[in-house]
Amino acid sequence: MLKVRIIPTILLKGAKIVKGKSFNAERTFGTLLPAVKVYNSRQVDELIIVDILATKEKRPPDFESIREASLECFVPLTAGGGIRTMNDVTKMLRAGADKVSLNSICFERQEFISEVANRFGSQCVVASIDVRQQADGRYLCYSHAGRTKTSQEVVNWAQTMEALGSGEILLTSIDLDGTRKGYDLELLKLVTKKVKIPVIISGGAKDYDDFYRAYKAGASGLAAASIYQYTQSTPSEAKKYLAKKGVPVRI
Amino acid sequence: MQISIIDYGLSNLASIERATKICARDAQVAVVDNPNDLDSADAIILPGVGAFADAMTNLKTGGFIPKIKTAVADGVPFLGICLGMQLLASESEEGGLHPGLDLIPGKVLRLQPQKKEKVPHVGWNSITWTGTTPLSHQINSGTDFYFVHSYYLAPKNPKLIMAECDFAGGFCAVVQKDNVFGAQFHPEKSSTAGFTFLSNFIAQI
Repeated sequence: MLKVRIIPTILLKGAKIVKGKSFNAERTFGTLLPAVKVYNSRQVDELIIVDILATKEKRPPDFESIREASLECFVPLTAGGGIRTMNDVTKMLRAGADKVSLNSICFERQEFISEVANRFGSQCVVASIDVRQQADGRYLCYSHAGRTKTSQEVVNWAQTMEALGSGEILLTSIDLDGTRKGYDLELLKLVTKKVKIPVIISGGAKDYDDFYRAYKAGASGLAAASIYQYTQSTPSEAKKYLAKKGVPVRI
Repeated sequence: MQISIIDYGLSNLASIERATKICARDAQVAVVDNPNDLDSADAIILPGVGAFADAMTNLKTGGFIPKIKTAVADGVPFLGICLGMQLLASESEEGGLHPGLDLIPGKVLRLQPQKKEKVPHVGWNSITWTGTTPLSHQINSGTDFYFVHSYYLAPKNPKLIMAECDFAGGFCAVVQKDNVFGAQFHPEKSSTAGFTFLSNFIAQI
């Protein structure tokens, strides 16, 4: 049985791990390698590492950090932040990432998704979609680490990303990010109803039962950061809880 | 003892190199981009992330194919991982019809999702041993490995299927033909179970 995946997310600013609220006001949480080692020893199913400054600083991603992280990570690693060219993708994969997460570049050149998928396979491509709910209830997509509002509505965009060859979608609620108020299950259901590729939900994970609710709402992966950094919750305990509720997880 | 990992320009090499080094103990592990370096290999690993056609093109232009065939004929243990396993086939239907290494007669087909399943097949899923292979040592049926693929190898001879994964109607997760082995999952990404699997392969030297 395919298992639902518990996926801690690590956000990087240079060498430091950070965590904020709604993509703002970050606190620092130490450096990358110790965190990767700890997660690797804690039954996590995958890791996502995002360089949140790369696009803003208009520089390529930090391949060396990913290379070092991958040496301590024996579960799949998705790397994102500032990936804009085929060369960036090649270097990321050779550095040790298994998948690349693409966001801002897709709004500039949608074809980039197809180019990467055709060269490396869809399974390498994670379309990262950050959204904010608007006053009229619609969810619009944001690029550039949440700073640039686009006119793309989330379902349309998710379907576009799927059609262009993305293997998975990483769906993040900017509004709920860092708040631990609970995943946006309405957002999740909106998207999972309309795409066939796996959706990893992110933003607002509150507790182990929240993971359960997101699984029931169709999530294939449960990404979270604050819940691990600010509370006593651990990936292993989360999985034990889910297993008890009959959710297929890797124990 | 020398374990060679083939670099043909597409794959995630850092993880497989590191995992193999950890499992190799006394053996030397080298990533080789020169096919002549395969002459001294006691075991060969063909990793794989990417598309079939590109991979075969790179193997061809890199001059690897004759060396691979010679090594296999000489009895050198050979392990194809993920796309590397698919490349062992006679041909693949990914992106058109493309010929493979033909080390394991059979075709590479697209996974056909059933009911609520989604393709690509991404995540941890369990395998069930269906044949006798040294790769199964200390790994029980029901153990999870990490899969991330949209295609699978269907060997012409079903007796070569050593393990199956119950997804998309069931597909071959581990294949063996004499000294040629294939794993559809990524042992280098499958934590402890993956290390055991790799160690079992290395023990074939």
